[in-house]
Amino acid sequence: MTVRIDNCFETLKLTNKKALITFLTAGDPNYDLSLELIKSLPEAGADIIEIGMPFSDPMADGPAIQASSLRAINSGHKMEKTFEMIESFRKDNSRTPIILMGYFNPIYNYGVDSFIEKIIDIEVDGVIVVDLPPEEDNELCNALESADLSFIRLVTPTTDADRLNKILQKTSGFLYYVSIAGITGSKRPEINEVENAVQEIKTKTNIPIGVGFGIRTKEDIERVGSFADGVIVGSVLVDIIKNNEHESSVKDKIMKKVREFASAV
Amino acid sequence: MDKLNSYKLGPDQNGRFGIFGGRFVAETLMPLILDLEKSYLQAKKDDSFQSELAYLNKYYTGRPSPLYFAERLTDYLNTAKIYFKRDELNHTGSHKINNCLGQILLAKRMRKTRIIAETGAGQHGVAVATVSARFGLPCVIYMGAKDIERQKPNVFRMKLLGAEVVPVRSGNATLKDAMNEALRDWVANVNDTFYIIGTVAGPHPYPEMVRDFQSIIGKETKEQILDQEGRLPDQLIACIGGGSNAMGLFYPFLDDISVKITGIEAGGMGLQGEKHCASLTAGRPGVLHGNRTYLLQDDEGQIIEGHSISAGLDYPGIGPEHAWLKESGRVEYFAITDSEAVEAFKICTKTEGIIPALEPSHAIAHLINIAPSLSKNDLVVMNLCGRGDKDIFTIAEHLNMEI
Repeated sequence: MTVRIDNCFETLKLTNKKALITFLTAGDPNYDLSLELIKSLPEAGADIIEIGMPFSDPMADGPAIQASSLRAINSGHKMEKTFEMIESFRKDNSRTPIILMGYFNPIYNYGVDSFIEKIIDIEVDGVIVVDLPPEEDNELCNALESADLSFIRLVTPTTDADRLNKILQKTSGFLYYVSIAGITGSKRPEINEVENAVQEIKTKTNIPIGVGFGIRTKEDIERVGSFADGVIVGSVLVDIIKNNEHESSVKDKIMKKVREFASAV
Repeated sequence: MDKLNSYKLGPDQNGRFGIFGGRFVAETLMPLILDLEKSYLQAKKDDSFQSELAYLNKYYTGRPSPLYFAERLTDYLNTAKIYFKRDELNHTGSHKINNCLGQILLAKRMRKTRIIAETGAGQHGVAVATVSARFGLPCVIYMGAKDIERQKPNVFRMKLLGAEVVPVRSGNATLKDAMNEALRDWVANVNDTFYIIGTVAGPHPYPEMVRDFQSIIGKETKEQILDQEGRLPDQLIACIGGGSNAMGLFYPFLDDISVKITGIEAGGMGLQGEKHCASLTAGRPGVLHGNRTYLLQDDEGQIIEGHSISAGLDYPGIGPEHAWLKESGRVEYFAITDSEAVEAFKICTKTEGIIPALEPSHAIAHLINIAPSLSKNDLVVMNLCGRGDKDIFTIAEHLNMEI
């Protein structure tokens, strides 16, 4: 529900805090550990949880997130299992907003109507579909809006003023500012340029702005948090799964990182 | 639904052919795609652009390519009169150059200074490297690591031409992965880079633009067959990976309803398993690489890696206009197996003294299969879209021969 996302940003605002939005891929490296990680995130300081729906050909993502998608797919992950994870998460947590992120084909394949019905049922709050720009999002976006779910749109360094207005007309929850022209986890953003862009957008809308892509350190988060409403981290967390074959250490390391990041927003 | 007045009206302003096509790309690319569309529509109407392209087609590529009466193959099959459209005689050895010249002229017009491309068999990569050399622009070619292994002569040619060939190791390390990598490069280099897509797929306006540049094949064929036979052919046959040579041959004939049109996909080791690349005959609609089209995918909507003996047909998607032509019933699509293609390759080589690429060998194989059903009065045009020099190692391996 959009309202859960709205409440999250409003509550944080009262204490002058920003949202830490963490991304992990569902089913990476396997169902059980992935569920455990997601359940542990709020306690470690994640304010909003973004869950990736694995896709074989994630063309806007870098090697880290592509590899995490493949680990999940190879472990036998399916769309239904993503839904099961969220259902299980919601049994203990009705507060933290959940955003599903992915590419259109697995959703189209599942059936847009069935997909929406299902995510309403399990209390997902918003959806990001990377390859549905405003020109192509009607078939999903309108149905989401009437179901009071957020369709979170991306604004990038290539988005000009005309497009920005078009995007702002149909956005809810928060706006995702992509801090680089590039793929996830690749080059580092020029934070000054990001700040200018975010300030420019803020003159046109009151909707919260989250910034992501290429943000890897506590210092980045502090700086971005000083002007944005939320900071999104993904590749840096997903890399921990790749670099640690022993599952026992993965959870501790990821949660340690999330705590460190949470202390900076 | 109303009866269609024409099969040549697509795409609509949203880049759609029926439900197929579109612009399913990340927001970062959207402004670039719109800019490309605008520039292309201007160039298309600009006489100086068209005349420069016509000049290069004639004097650089060697067009028009001959429409050749394949007399010995006709005798061998003892059936319809068979013509080859000889696009394998083009500079660089395939039809790919037709599109690359058009796109690099557009790149120049848009003041882009760096070229990127994906390639499967390497024919498109060679054509891109060629036009990049000709126009003095640096170029980066993304190629699956497996394809680099299968297509060494083409990799060497690209390097000689000055291109940087980047091996792609993600996924199955073939064409679709190379296309993902090229799209990632483009997203990261939005200001100076022009992406020359090699087939009639990808986000709008690529399917339309590549079709337009390749349509010279069909336009010439129409004039030539009328000149040589005084009438239109009864059937057109072309192989299909992404579908650019086929679209180029078919498009000018789409409204000539008396002409039967047939596209041939890679049936690999047969359609019953997963070892094939027949997206139209064995796949279903989905969204990949910027367009909605028929795809090879599993129950979860994950893309399946295709297989074909021919690296140029090894793509799990298909141009969206083909998807629409299939559903509208105007074009029929069939699949041919690896072994049938190799057999046809041998027959063509021995009867005509022409070594065809493995890609059009699929089309020849279909022709051989349907020969008994054709009449002696029939005229059939097959698009011989590439020459087979690049495939001799693959053929040798398939036949357990040593070179």
